[in-house]
Amino acid sequence: MKYKFDFGALAEYWPQFVDGALLTLEMTVLSTVSGLVVGTLVAIGRRSENKLLSRLCGAYVETVRNTPFLIQLFFIYFGLASAGLRLPVVVASVIAMVFNVAAYTAEIVRAGMDATPRGQLEAADSLGMSLPQIYWHIILRPALERVYPALTGQYILMMLSTSVTSQISAEELTGIANNIQSNTFRSFETFIVVAGIYLLLTLILKAGFWGLGLALFTRRRRLGTSL
Amino acid sequence: MSAVIELKDVHKSFGQVEVLKGVSLAVERGEAIAVIGRSGSGKSTALRCVNRLETIQSGEINVCGHPVHDPKLDVRKLRLDVGIVFQSYNLFPHLTVEENIMLAPVTVKKLRKAEARALAAQALARVGLAEKAQSYPEQLSGGQQQRVAIARSLAMQPQVMLFDEVTSALDPELTGEVLRVMEDLAKGGMTMLVVTHEMGFARKVADRIVYMHQGRVWEVGDGSMLANPQTPELRAFMAHDL
Ligand SMILES: Nc1ncnc2c1ncn2[C@@H]1O[C@H](COP(=O)(O)OP(=O)(O)OP(=O)(O)O)[C@@H](O)[C@H]1O
Ligand SMILES: [Mg+2]
Repeated sequence: MKYKFDFGALAEYWPQFVDGALLTLEMTVLSTVSGLVVGTLVAIGRRSENKLLSRLCGAYVETVRNTPFLIQLFFIYFGLASAGLRLPVVVASVIAMVFNVAAYTAEIVRAGMDATPRGQLEAADSLGMSLPQIYWHIILRPALERVYPALTGQYILMMLSTSVTSQISAEELTGIANNIQSNTFRSFETFIVVAGIYLLLTLILKAGFWGLGLALFTRRRRLGTSL
Repeated sequence: MSAVIELKDVHKSFGQVEVLKGVSLAVERGEAIAVIGRSGSGKSTALRCVNRLETIQSGEINVCGHPVHDPKLDVRKLRLDVGIVFQSYNLFPHLTVEENIMLAPVTVKKLRKAEARALAAQALARVGLAEKAQSYPEQLSGGQQQRVAIARSLAMQPQVMLFDEVTSALDPELTGEVLRVMEDLAKGGMTMLVVTHEMGFARKVADRIVYMHQGRVWEVGDGSMLANPQTPELRAFMAHDL
């Protein structure tokens, strides 16, 4: 097998690669932030004493975790469209990603919250703090600290699965790559470049999470011990 | 009636098991009461009923004018008047000592940070840990952590303090520093209900001692009661304890 690599053919497309990478990054950041918020709320709902709420949240989590992301994406994009709600591709993609990653977030964060020692809750309760105050000040931050590696791993996986949204023609990195390789017939080179860019994005994301962790977990930064 | 804490015929069960079988007790303002008794006699349960960490099946509990037995009680108002310290300190590990103490004054009482910080400094000075304000709980010894827990309660300026075997998790050489803090509190006129295994403390500091046995208040008296038990149960308990 002889194959002559020609990366030169791709040179004129670099602005498109950059645009694709930026869109991927934007979708990822947006979905991470929203997914964290929604997922945390779902985790709290699942821990609630209200049986109905808890079951609803549980059903949502199980549904998402037991169906393929691609189907969820199609459901939101094509399903809603046939119901009369036509969303822009990127909007539908981000909604699908949030819908998906929030369920995983909920399970991870819930495990972190469940690990709060009961005595701390009783102490906070006895000091007169309300349940929302207890969640915000006592439960949330240590819970996030406990599960931070699992959580950030999940968001990096999500970043990689943005490529699935090229299936509804989102012009993120993979979508762009598809266009470029069909224009240049240089698929081998194109996907090598794209793989490299995904690697780079992963590194950027990891660095970002590391910095965020430092900012968020003051005690860990100062003492270096885990909770 | 000047009782700050009053239990009248309190019954409490966990499932089928009745743990408190008609407990009655009145604590006057400024009194320090030591509660002693065998493991499983219901001391912790009784204490936890006083600040509504447990709900009771029947009887009455009144604390600082709050009807604790009333299902419609505003629990958070009650908690403002009652501080509690546990055997396991229960400090918040992600917060510094100062932040641990400031949290409730800021979130519950809505004090400004500066006021809360001053309050924290005052409370820390009272337990002899002024220099530890910026430490994290894990950097402190057990005795120091327990004193911070006491300071955290004190900063809310409660009317009543409850202590549940606060020295039981400590090495013997660390119990003294915690007991001294509690003794100072008692001398300062704090109303205290202290579940303890420290007979020396009960004898020396408590105004009255309550001996609980099988879910009942079995014997009540002053420090001399330990040397001169009226019931065979307390006699056996003392013999076993020494
Ligand atoms: N949450 C609970 N659920 C079921 N049973 C409980 C619960 N808490 C306490 N009990 C039971 O109630 C009884 C009294 O317990 P309690 O903790 O009040 O005893 P205690 O006098 O404080 O004992 P110790 O000296 O060991 O702390 C025990 O038999 C205990 O097993
Ligand atoms: Mg106990």
